Amino acid sequence: MILVLVETADGAAAEVSLETLALARALAAEGGGVPVQAVVVGEVPDPAALAEELGEHGVAEVHQATGDGVAAFGGAAWAAAVQEAREATGSVVVTAAGSVRGNEVLAHLAARLQVPMAANVTAFSGLAPFVVTRQVVGGAALEEMRLDQRPAVFTVAGHAWQAAVAPTGPATWHTFAPDVAPADLVASVVSVAEKEPDTSDSLRSARVVVGAGRGAGGPDGFAPVAELAELLGGAVGVSRVVTSLGWRPHHEQVGQTGSRITPDLYVPCGISGAIQHWAGCASSKTILAINTDPDAPMMTKATYAVVGDMHEVVPAIVAELRRRRTGVEC
Amino acid sequence: MTRVLVCVKRVPDSSGEVVLTDDGQAVDGRYAGFTISDHENCAVELGIRLADATGGSVTVLTVGPAEAVDQLRAALALGAGAAVHVQADPARLGPDDVAHEIAAVVRDHRAAGAAYDLVLLGNDASDSGDFQVPVRLGYRLGLPIVTGASTAEVTGDRVIAEADGPEGRETYSVPLPAVVSVLEGGVEPRYPTMRGRMAARKIEVETRQPTREPVGPSRVRLLLPPPAPATAEVLGEGPEAAPAVVDLFERLGVGR
Ligand SMILES: Cc1cc2nc3c(=O)[nH]c(=O)nc-3n(C[C@H](O)[C@H](O)[C@H](O)COP(=O)(O)OP(=O)(O)OC[C@H]3O[C@@H](n4cnc5c(N)ncnc54)[C@H](O)[C@@H]3O)c2cc1C
Ligand SMILES: Nc1ncnc2c1ncn2[C@@H]1O[C@H](COP(=O)(O)O)[C@@H](O)[C@H]1O
Repeated sequence: MILVLVETADGAAAEVSLETLALARALAAEGGGVPVQAVVVGEVPDPAALAEELGEHGVAEVHQATGDGVAAFGGAAWAAAVQEAREATGSVVVTAAGSVRGNEVLAHLAARLQVPMAANVTAFSGLAPFVVTRQVVGGAALEEMRLDQRPAVFTVAGHAWQAAVAPTGPATWHTFAPDVAPADLVASVVSVAEKEPDTSDSLRSARVVVGAGRGAGGPDGFAPVAELAELLGGAVGVSRVVTSLGWRPHHEQVGQTGSRITPDLYVPCGISGAIQHWAGCASSKTILAINTDPDAPMMTKATYAVVGDMHEVVPAIVAELRRRRTGVEC
Repeated sequence: MTRVLVCVKRVPDSSGEVVLTDDGQAVDGRYAGFTISDHENCAVELGIRLADATGGSVTVLTVGPAEAVDQLRAALALGAGAAVHVQADPARLGPDDVAHEIAAVVRDHRAAGAAYDLVLLGNDASDSGDFQVPVRLGYRLGLPIVTGASTAEVTGDRVIAEADGPEGRETYSVPLPAVVSVLEGGVEPRYPTMRGRMAARKIEVETRQPTREPVGPSRVRLLLPPPAPATAEVLGEGPEAAPAVVDLFERLGVGR
């Protein structure tokens, strides 16, 4: 049995969890058709809808942990729930997305079970011994790692796999109230600040995305980028450096730990093109990179490139667009 | 009087080209140089602020080769008051080995009457990216763990930490002693002063040996991804490229 921790957002499975299911199915097939089961922690608004969605992605059974123990997020409490589901199912593999939650909860699980864990896996090769390939050194290198204890515990790098349907009919739904020890409740979330409005849906569906990274230079460096995005009827996407420095909100982030975008045109400005960023933008039809460094990975992997300072190039493009448009309008 | 222990790891600087050692077991940092991860720079900064705010102290700890003393000295120059060096070859250690050695230091210091209130670590090391030493350490010490915190404050006998979660900004309030892993972004790390550097030289680093034979990292080998072929067509340089760019928009039919 392969057990996948499925995260939800607004009642639906998170895209990264569906990607993890895609890898889990490939692994199940390699193992001769082992069933894939899911564990969901906490309340969901519409279990029937989620059961149907997970069934579409090849899940046979869903185990939903409910009750006071998991009402608020806590790494240890969630891990206790996953641990109970893994014991009940006798799973030999437990996996989750390489998200904030996924990496935290599975690290707890691995520590509790005293087995190794592999974070940010992109592929597996061989079952005996079970060898996974994972990202290390910020994606600049890969590590082949043996996971020879059971259960094998690993997380899957975001957007390394693509979500795909493989219908098996609606999944059967079980609920259970995990036995969470008081010590596992000590480090739980006590409050959540209201999130700023999330525009990641429009980013993911945008036909044009204008991107900006560290090259924007600071929170004030985004106005021309936003203007270009607006003129092209598109959205703004940013790198993780930009969100961790607090220049722009997290929901604008493109990449492994952000959104996967699929526009007709992506215009990354001042973004180096690290593998974790590339994971989120590689499906763009055309990429036009703007960067002072002609050797930046984004500049060589793009379809088109402009070498230059984004603070000069982007306003010039905006001016040219406006000039041609007014020309037509007059 | 919060006593903080901050754990830092000597890692190869990976901002430039990454080269592997001949045996494929580690990144060769001989040419690029060594540093600590950004998350750990923020952990050091948070530790110093917490200690300053409460009249407490900061100790830095590393498990690493002899040269890792450079990374300890750098943290001492910023304001840490003491340093512990567990000498070991990091290529032979897995995350559980590291957690085991850090836990041994914490226990020994506690037994010697110098217990820590708070252990700070980075969320993930920029070389091995295991995402698990802090959690494994928490279990070994039987302490609560908060991961991915970008801020932390001590009030009374609790640490209040904030982290970005999928539903928004989360607050944790955890009794001390506790383990907290830090994600960059919440604080701006300071720079060393000349006086700090001088003072750091006078501090004696406590040097120790590992307390057990390592289990190891389960590593088969490291690989470099194949270099991506350069495929881009250069449209031009600087603002003069704007007309060619807008021509391209028109050809692609975007923005109409
Ligand atoms: C587990 C993990 C998950 C991650 N997830 C993500 C993710 O989801 N998304 C993501 O983006 N990153 C992610 N990262 C981070 C990623 O590794 C890179 O650090 C990040 O993408 C770099 O952002 P950047 O390109 O903006 O900055 P840098 O790498 O610093 O690049 C800045 C670029 O701007 C150029 N530049 C500078 N000034 C100018 C100027 N004036 N005009 C034009 N160009 C200029 C430079 O030449 C350089 O190429 C993740 C990392 C890890 C370890
Ligand atoms: N060898 C080490 N010495 C000291 N601290 C370490 C070591 N390895 C990891 N850590 C700490 O644990 C954090 C997470 O590392 P990891 O779990 O390996 O991704 C790092 O950011 C460090 O703070």
